[in-house]
Amino acid sequence: MSDIITKEQIRQPENLVYTKTKLLTDKALSYCPGCGHGTAHRIVMEVIEELGAQANTIGIAPVGCSVLAYEFMNIDMQQAAHGRAPALATAVKRLMPEKYVFTYQGDGDLAAIGTAETIHACNRGENITIIFINNGIYGMTGGQMAPTTLPNMKASTCPYGRDVKTMGNPLKITELIAQLPGVHYVTRQAVHTPGNVRRTKKAVRKAFDLQKENKGLTFVEIVSNCNSGWKMTPVQSNKWMEENMFPFYPLGDIKVDGQLVK
Amino acid sequence: MAKVKGDIVVDIEKCKGCEVCITACPNDVIAMSRNVNGKGYHYAESVNEECIGCANCAIVCPDGVITVYKVKL
Repeated sequence: MSDIITKEQIRQPENLVYTKTKLLTDKALSYCPGCGHGTAHRIVMEVIEELGAQANTIGIAPVGCSVLAYEFMNIDMQQAAHGRAPALATAVKRLMPEKYVFTYQGDGDLAAIGTAETIHACNRGENITIIFINNGIYGMTGGQMAPTTLPNMKASTCPYGRDVKTMGNPLKITELIAQLPGVHYVTRQAVHTPGNVRRTKKAVRKAFDLQKENKGLTFVEIVSNCNSGWKMTPVQSNKWMEENMFPFYPLGDIKVDGQLVK
Repeated sequence: MAKVKGDIVVDIEKCKGCEVCITACPNDVIAMSRNVNGKGYHYAESVNEECIGCANCAIVCPDGVITVYKVKL
């Protein structure tokens, strides 16, 4: 066969390998360039498309950068009060147990103002999936310190770095909720490299499958970058995340089949 | 001799120029254009014929602007 093939010949529908899923709307995402939120949105929507559950899924949008998630996800969505997404998801799931219900929350929403709702929904073992985006900072409001901010990490409210003596220790909420008996599956993933994206997609798929089996709450943490809040370029922030976030928030499964992974 | 040949199509107006796709590409196919789109971002574009259609760029693209095609030769 000849190697001479034009780009027009390659760009045919039958040669299509990958394109943006139809479950994302055509609106341009409101996130900063390079933000992991966009990738996380797409992964969740691709999983729902694989499940064929566009009409059977209800998502709960949080408050934070992803407050407008309902503008981008072409499924039924409801926007919750700040931090109350797991409480709202509980209500939705109990009223409509046949639907897939998930919440999509950031660290300011889930680990700060919504800690009580998160922990109690997890402890009750509601059959919902929580997608938790952890970037260690309050991105939307201008890069303030979050509960998940690393020790010595700079933020606009701790410009000399987080001093754990006065500002407290970072909260590993994922490890915390993994202790609770109602939680069936807990994992921590990332979306900054192709390999991580593929693993995250498998984790989200597993979480939705387990929800279908009514196994209990499934929790997927996605460690993400916040290049605007961290004051870096997207590529620098991904590198910084590998060097600083991953030692503190190690990737991998934390709880599988209701058993903590040693 | 490449056995597969790929190509990417970038939705120029939605690209935000974050350059994450450039580091994800194994064959250094993608570079930022010297031109800018309507929002003033330099957008990603394919600059050579080395694409193998692995879709790594497309799955890390936060804005999902890359469409990937692949043919077997």
